[in-house]
Amino acid sequence: MSTAAPASQRVLAQTAFEARAILRNGEQLLVTIIVPVLVLVGLSRVTAIDLDTGGASRIDFLTPGILALAVMTSSFTSQAIASSFDRRNGVLRLLSTTPLGRGGLLAGKVLGVLVVELVQVLVIGAVALVLGWSPDPAGIALAVVAIVLGTAAFTALALLVAGTLRAEAVLALANLLLLVLAVAGGVVIPAEQLPGPMAHIALLLPSGALGEAMRETLMHGVLPAWSVVVLVGWTAALGWGASRLFRWH
Amino acid sequence: MPDSPALEISGLVKRYGGRAVVDGLDLVAHHGQVTAVLGPNGAGKTTTIECCEGLREPDGGSVRVLGQDPLTHARDLRPRVGVMLQDGGLPTGVKAHEMLEHVARMYADPRDLGELTERLGLASFARTTVRRLSGGQRQRLALAAAIVGRPDVVFLDEPSAGMDPQTRHAVWDLVRELRDEGVAVVLTTHLMDEAEDLADHVVVVDHGRVIAEGSVPSLVSSADDRTLRLETTPGLALHDALGTGFDVTEPRDGSYTVTGAVDPDAVAAVTAWLAAQGALATRLTVGRRTLEDVFLDLTGRNLR
Repeated sequence: MSTAAPASQRVLAQTAFEARAILRNGEQLLVTIIVPVLVLVGLSRVTAIDLDTGGASRIDFLTPGILALAVMTSSFTSQAIASSFDRRNGVLRLLSTTPLGRGGLLAGKVLGVLVVELVQVLVIGAVALVLGWSPDPAGIALAVVAIVLGTAAFTALALLVAGTLRAEAVLALANLLLLVLAVAGGVVIPAEQLPGPMAHIALLLPSGALGEAMRETLMHGVLPAWSVVVLVGWTAALGWGASRLFRWH
Repeated sequence: MPDSPALEISGLVKRYGGRAVVDGLDLVAHHGQVTAVLGPNGAGKTTTIECCEGLREPDGGSVRVLGQDPLTHARDLRPRVGVMLQDGGLPTGVKAHEMLEHVARMYADPRDLGELTERLGLASFARTTVRRLSGGQRQRLALAAAIVGRPDVVFLDEPSAGMDPQTRHAVWDLVRELRDEGVAVVLTTHLMDEAEDLADHVVVVDHGRVIAEGSVPSLVSSADDRTLRLETTPGLALHDALGTGFDVTEPRDGSYTVTGAVDPDAVAAVTAWLAAQGALATRLTVGRRTLEDVFLDLTGRNLR
């Protein structure tokens, strides 16, 4: 009788498959690694763009936000696009009929994103260190917690759009939403520096919460409770929506 | 439990937006047999198969694969059920061999990939990205993925769509081999020759129900199992040449099909009658009904 490979082996195989698919795809590599690095180098070098760093060095102020942006590109933009095309092409259905199953597929996707994020953090962190970044050592472990929370919220959002909209619509929406959140969502520029009502709204967005959490951990060594509440809340709401509304066909 | 059926569907109902696509369908498939589900487009074949694969939830009736419910016992069934989807389901960005190796990793004891690659002629495009494969190549890769885990039951949704004749025969040989190993093969098709050559059991489905089933010989033969086809002047009242017990149709102008007890006397009567009308038969054949005749009789000749 035919038997399944152990669950750990199945999920690891899917994790490697997902991570390789992203890291080998030129467009995905551009969005997840090259663009964040260019933004980091650009904003830290071009002093013509005025930044209120609150007394911190430009690179110390910018790097946490760029890391938050990078997390959004891999856990949201790239995941939403890949999953929507996989859904359209029947890949999700086919894999769900193998011993991997739907649960294993989801686990593999989330772990695959974490692998990509590890690569992102290493590359962006290395570039930032060369540019003089000195993160608060006490905050590094907390920043990892923030990344995991942010990944959960944005992966849930990615699966919600990928499971409900047409692939072409997801392609447009995922890129547009990334751009809007990056500029007006409190990611690189702190929410309190945004104009008008956005200063308050951004704090409630997962992007603002993640940006805030990354800055507070890596600049001051503390994880703000409010950010944790916002990210957990979004994860619960979006995860609930995705699990109810996701269409496999 | 070699005697219990591999697949047992009873009274299956599946609706999309209130419209019943599958409407009280019953079907049994056994180990060591190829069961072909034959039907026009939109008959409910794919939906039925998807209910068996655990991909769709039935609105009524029951489905048992290897004695278990595909939805509640998915974890037990997945290692034992091989699936080839109609739209492939292959990730497009990876090379063909990477795809197959990936699926193989989901099983404790997968088939030998070298042997499978050779059997299905995958070697020539193993290093090609799935996106750039032809339709037939994708079908072969999807078939390999469906059987790499040594399943006890395989569901193949239109397995030979897009394949050239050589590939199709290679695939048929493989399907026969699976059957001889005791695998229950359930395939959908609208290729009559595929069902005729391959199937031990044919189930004709239309409007979400089974309208006929049996072995190919039992479906094509009945008391009046011979047909006479002839081509001659259009619009003749050919029925006048024959007594009762014959059915005459003229599906195309000048092309007649006579079904019934076509014996030497009947053929003589037809040709004599044509001679009397001054009509020349340009073509005249006598033979058994084909599965296609049966199928068209059952499902109608109209386009839909």
